[in-house]
Amino acid sequence: MYQYDDDNRRIVRERVAQFRDQVRRRLDGALSEEEFRPLRLQNGLYLQRHAYMLRVAIPYGILSTTQLRQLALIARRWDRDYGHFTTRQNIQYNWPKLEDVPDILDALADVEMHAIQTSGNCIRNTTSDPFAGVARDEVADPRPVCELIRQWSTFHPEFAYLPRKFKIAVTGAENDRAAIAAHDIGIRLVRNDEGRVGAAVYAGGGLGRTPVLATLVNGFVELTDLLSYIEAILRVYNLSGDRKNKYKARIKILVKTMGADAFRAAVEEEFTAIRQGALQLDTTELDRMATFFAPPTWTTGLPPLDPASLPDDERPRFERWLQRNTHDHRAEGYRIVSISLKSPERPPGDATSAQMDLLADLADEFSLGEVRVTHEQNLVLPHVEEHRLPDLWRALDQHALATPNIGTLTDMICCPGLDFCALANAGSISVARSITDRFDNLDYLYDLGELQLKISGCINACGHHHVGHIGILGINKNDEEWYQIMLGGSATDDASLGRIIGPAVPREKVPDVLEAILHTYVQQREGEERFLDTYRRLGAKPFKEAAYADHP
Amino acid sequence: MRIIRDLEIVEDNRTRVPDDQPLPDGPVLVSLDRWRQDRDTLRERGDVGVYLSPEEDTHDLLDDLQDLPAIAFELPKFADGRPYSRARLLRERHEYDGELRAFGDVLRDQLLYLHRCGFNAFEVRADKDLDDALRGLRDFTVALQPASAPPPFGADV
Repeated sequence: MYQYDDDNRRIVRERVAQFRDQVRRRLDGALSEEEFRPLRLQNGLYLQRHAYMLRVAIPYGILSTTQLRQLALIARRWDRDYGHFTTRQNIQYNWPKLEDVPDILDALADVEMHAIQTSGNCIRNTTSDPFAGVARDEVADPRPVCELIRQWSTFHPEFAYLPRKFKIAVTGAENDRAAIAAHDIGIRLVRNDEGRVGAAVYAGGGLGRTPVLATLVNGFVELTDLLSYIEAILRVYNLSGDRKNKYKARIKILVKTMGADAFRAAVEEEFTAIRQGALQLDTTELDRMATFFAPPTWTTGLPPLDPASLPDDERPRFERWLQRNTHDHRAEGYRIVSISLKSPERPPGDATSAQMDLLADLADEFSLGEVRVTHEQNLVLPHVEEHRLPDLWRALDQHALATPNIGTLTDMICCPGLDFCALANAGSISVARSITDRFDNLDYLYDLGELQLKISGCINACGHHHVGHIGILGINKNDEEWYQIMLGGSATDDASLGRIIGPAVPREKVPDVLEAILHTYVQQREGEERFLDTYRRLGAKPFKEAAYADHP
Repeated sequence: MRIIRDLEIVEDNRTRVPDDQPLPDGPVLVSLDRWRQDRDTLRERGDVGVYLSPEEDTHDLLDDLQDLPAIAFELPKFADGRPYSRARLLRERHEYDGELRAFGDVLRDQLLYLHRCGFNAFEVRADKDLDDALRGLRDFTVALQPASAPPPFGADV
């Protein structure tokens, strides 16, 4: 992974010192809360319902075990012994004290981490494919590009006060695991006819109140030009984005208002003007960045996995986990292992300090010291030798980290909701809990197959409900929590936006409604068809009829 | 009035003149409207600059840059980032080498980014301490991307 150079080390320490001084000025009254707010936000510090919340950047979702242990230590020393992994591959602490935050940032800097630009109207942490570098379907490794974007965007002086927040995601694979269509800029690495790798650049995607899928701006930007191209997009947005109405301020609205062609023309004009400038990269720089992400030395001639050697009382559970929670690896004899953070015991995406420490130990022992965070709020051990999977599984199982539900209904994305968030209208963790409790039969979950359930506690859509096969949106109706159900969304290559199927239902009805919808699917599906495909074939009608059969 | 210019606290008498007031002698800043209206007369004076609201583009000034000793951008609230782009464009694309001034909600914690985007003069908000604001330019000694200017105080200072 990337190792900081002197400038990176220095700048992160200088940020800590700057923020320490800002906190001091806030505490002694020299800064008003109004003046402090945008400063703390650019350091990922929100004021939540009960306390501050600190969001720490995990650049494109990659962690060393040293970093993961430090995240555990921070949770233990300065928070309540757990952290929450987010859809943008970051981690959030829900209970830090303002006066402790500078020390937390110093502890992060010790392991080359920070909370820079994890909130505020600036360029946020760049996200990517959690299987980068190990996926079999990879065209090119997205991580060098991500790191170039991370450095370019870190303390970019021109783009710290954009009309609204700005999120970039990069994928280098055929199957998009980074939800690029739901981002302000989405980048897909592609190969042109000459076999050269370049970037297809999309812009104007986003969820929130007005969900929009990103538009293709340029199908092939040379990698040497990529930073100039992104800078051109940001400059057009910074100058022309709506600053009067925060609900119209995202770039998606600008792209819609201008029209894709006019937006593209404006970007190309700016790009042409700056293309030969200081941001132009040469191939030496690209190659140098790539060396940080060179593949590790994978062992060859490894013994095969032999599930038959497992005792009878373990084998079925192991095989379930093997099937659901592990994925093809580029190298022969290895698997990618997903660690589900969707156990019935904790809110989706949460991990305790003890679990983080354990995973760090296991990653050292089984995965060449590397851990990834996924958009689906799970963790990944990217390099596990197949024949050692039973040992790893046993260790995970002992700590409730082997829930074999990856990709199923209960592997849901869920925002913190009313339990923590000051913006929320309704609880989301409680709904997730009631669904996990209702659908606890693994055979039934597997029978339902691939299903993406996404839950948000308000229209800001942190739980990405618009792009769930099934989306649930919490709303406030006469001071009661109600839930809208939408169907048919997707965040991957077949990206689409879900549609609300009918009136909102009270919280206690949500599992019943889901059950009715899923029962309809099981009855109506053809062959191996996924829920999403059945919905696309049949439309909302049969699902709607089933969902509202009891209460029209 | 004391302002920060070229990294120092200096006395400055370049006044912003509202449209309904006559122009005094000495260095002044006028609105874009006034500049458009009386362009020829004002150009001859040689000591007249222009101030812009965030809504106003620099487009109409591009032919006059060599005659403008100063261009001032209002930051009515510092979270409006448009002047940052406009300043960079003036410096880098149009090679403007006169004074670029920020006034309004100009605070210590924005000074370094403004500097890096090409601003060299700052009317710090009246209730804030200038010496304190000047320290904001030292917050970072390195940068990870090109812009109009590097951090003014390098790592060895």
